[in-house]
Amino acid sequence: MSTALAPTALDIEGLAPQSVSLWQVAARRLLKRKSAILGMVLLGILVFIALTAQWVAPYSPTLSMLDVNPPQALGKRTPPCIHALGCPADQPEHILGTDGNIRDEFSRVLYGARLSLLVGLSTVSFAIVIGTILGALGGYFGGWIDNVIMRVMDVLLAFPSLLLAIAIVTVLGPGLINALLAIGIVSIPAYARVMRASVLSLREMDYVSATRALGGSNLQILFKRILPNALTPLIVQGTLGIATAILDAAALSFLGLGAQPPTPEWGAMLGAERNQVFTAPHLVFFPGFMIMVTVLSFNLIGDGLRDALDPRLAHVS
Amino acid sequence: MTTYIIRRVLLSLPVLFGVLFATFALGRLIPGDPCHAILGEKATKVVCDEFIKRHGLDKPIPTQFAVYVNEVVHGDFGRSFRFSKPVTDLMVERLPITIELSFAALIISIIVGIPLGVISAVRHNSWLDVFTMLWANTGISMPVFWLGLMLAYVFALALKDTPLALPPSGRLSPGLITVPFWEIWGLQLHEGGFFYGLADFIGRLNILNAILSGNWPVLGDAVKHLILPAFALSTIPMALIARMSRSAMLEVLGQDYIRTARAKGLQRFAVVMKHAFRNALLPLVTVIGLSLGGLLGGAVLTETVFNLSGVGRILYEAITARDYGIVQGFTVVIAIFFVILNLIVDISYAYLDPRIRLD
Repeated sequence: MSTALAPTALDIEGLAPQSVSLWQVAARRLLKRKSAILGMVLLGILVFIALTAQWVAPYSPTLSMLDVNPPQALGKRTPPCIHALGCPADQPEHILGTDGNIRDEFSRVLYGARLSLLVGLSTVSFAIVIGTILGALGGYFGGWIDNVIMRVMDVLLAFPSLLLAIAIVTVLGPGLINALLAIGIVSIPAYARVMRASVLSLREMDYVSATRALGGSNLQILFKRILPNALTPLIVQGTLGIATAILDAAALSFLGLGAQPPTPEWGAMLGAERNQVFTAPHLVFFPGFMIMVTVLSFNLIGDGLRDALDPRLAHVS
Repeated sequence: MTTYIIRRVLLSLPVLFGVLFATFALGRLIPGDPCHAILGEKATKVVCDEFIKRHGLDKPIPTQFAVYVNEVVHGDFGRSFRFSKPVTDLMVERLPITIELSFAALIISIIVGIPLGVISAVRHNSWLDVFTMLWANTGISMPVFWLGLMLAYVFALALKDTPLALPPSGRLSPGLITVPFWEIWGLQLHEGGFFYGLADFIGRLNILNAILSGNWPVLGDAVKHLILPAFALSTIPMALIARMSRSAMLEVLGQDYIRTARAKGLQRFAVVMKHAFRNALLPLVTVIGLSLGGLLGGAVLTETVFNLSGVGRILYEAITARDYGIVQGFTVVIAIFFVILNLIVDISYAYLDPRIRLD
């Protein structure tokens, strides 16, 4: 008997369609896009740099070469010196040269990765949490709550984002944390709008009515039934938002309103040396190049995610 | 169409009101009392008392807000203590520089971005398409201040003494002066009047002024000075426009009526331009409108890099010098301008797509 049953069970198992979750489909489609893979590789490298900066960097990012033991007799803003590429061996090696305070530019660039990634993640997390709550409340309850929230968002959107961030920093005072807060506030409307649109379309769905009929509370419906299904546009918007946040934070620091010296922040490093672009172009080139690579990686991943998570393209997989 | 326009105008009134309230709050949220914040740390007690009385700062907040709205409506945007003149005068001086820069950047991004996107879509998946999209992705990821500095390095230093050399700062070469067009035309204007202000404003748009007064050497020099900053500022909107026109065109080109048009024997070029492009224009209007906000933000950075004393520069300097009169005045003007701009975008959207205005 048992020998007769076993193959049948196997057959059923073999015939049943393999269950694939939405996330698995999305991951597969994401991995098919070369640009998204490039973005992930770049981001991987940046995360690696950020995590290992303290071991890879030859010097502390805030240490002047006059204070190392033994002191290095270097002028300000020396050009890159790499021994393997023919730089005389009697000169101390500085792969990317030194900056205006005779600090090792390479070490500062490495540590900068840590800051930029943190900046991107923290501002967007802040904006997503606040934006999601506001958008969900507005979309779910409608009426005057919705009206008040969305009009406030409209006002925030009426200012060019960088100018609004500058204005907020004016009130709060310059500094990295205040700059992050400003960028966070400025990015809230995008998430609130995305969330509201999703909630508006989802709250009329049958399964939501079913939950309500079964006695589900508003909070339960909102957080357990609607939110999980509204996540995909938020993920896409969030990834692309990290790119913008990093760019804006760098811009504020460039203007001297964000990270303050001697913090190794790419925008601030670039801003401090911008008048030396003709005499020491390496001090402008490398920090800016790193900003570009970081922003590019998030943009590529965000674009890839948008296509991968779009259910209208599901058949393409 | 008229009802649609009226409805849209009415809908943007609450936003305008909110903008006014936000800038009003900005002036009140500044650390310290508003008198010292706006008139500077050195303002004396007598001056402060006079200031507080004139702006009704001793009255309740709603009254203060009403006074502020009244001032803005009458074109009084406050004073700058550093320049000791009304913010309005500073606007007439500084706005033309930013407008010229943003306008040039917008034109570059449109005339380069749209054809690139359309060609990419028509030649979908060709090397040109791949290259354009790679470039567009890099373009939107570049910090504008970095690109500006790199351009300055390449065109002002590396290519120095070649025909491609371009000036890295300022608006005109030293020695060149620009005479306002209305003086050349022999117009008699009363100083302080509205037409004087308007003519003064237009006269400060170097390129337009040079064309109006027929001063070709100045025109050439002004254009030369504008190329690098305008190009740096145009990259992000250019990339956005290229991407948007590509995806909009791809969507339209896949539709049945395009195949029908081709099947009935129309030229490929005619189909692309007349049948497809017109319909792809719609999302483009939004992107171009939205880019303008980004352009204004980018102008702050570009002006800092290229030493242009426009709105961005004055705002930035005002913040570091704590000259809040300027910050408040310019912020409200920019925001109002932006609200009006969005209104224009919405209306042109409705003009292009009858479905919207008839909804």
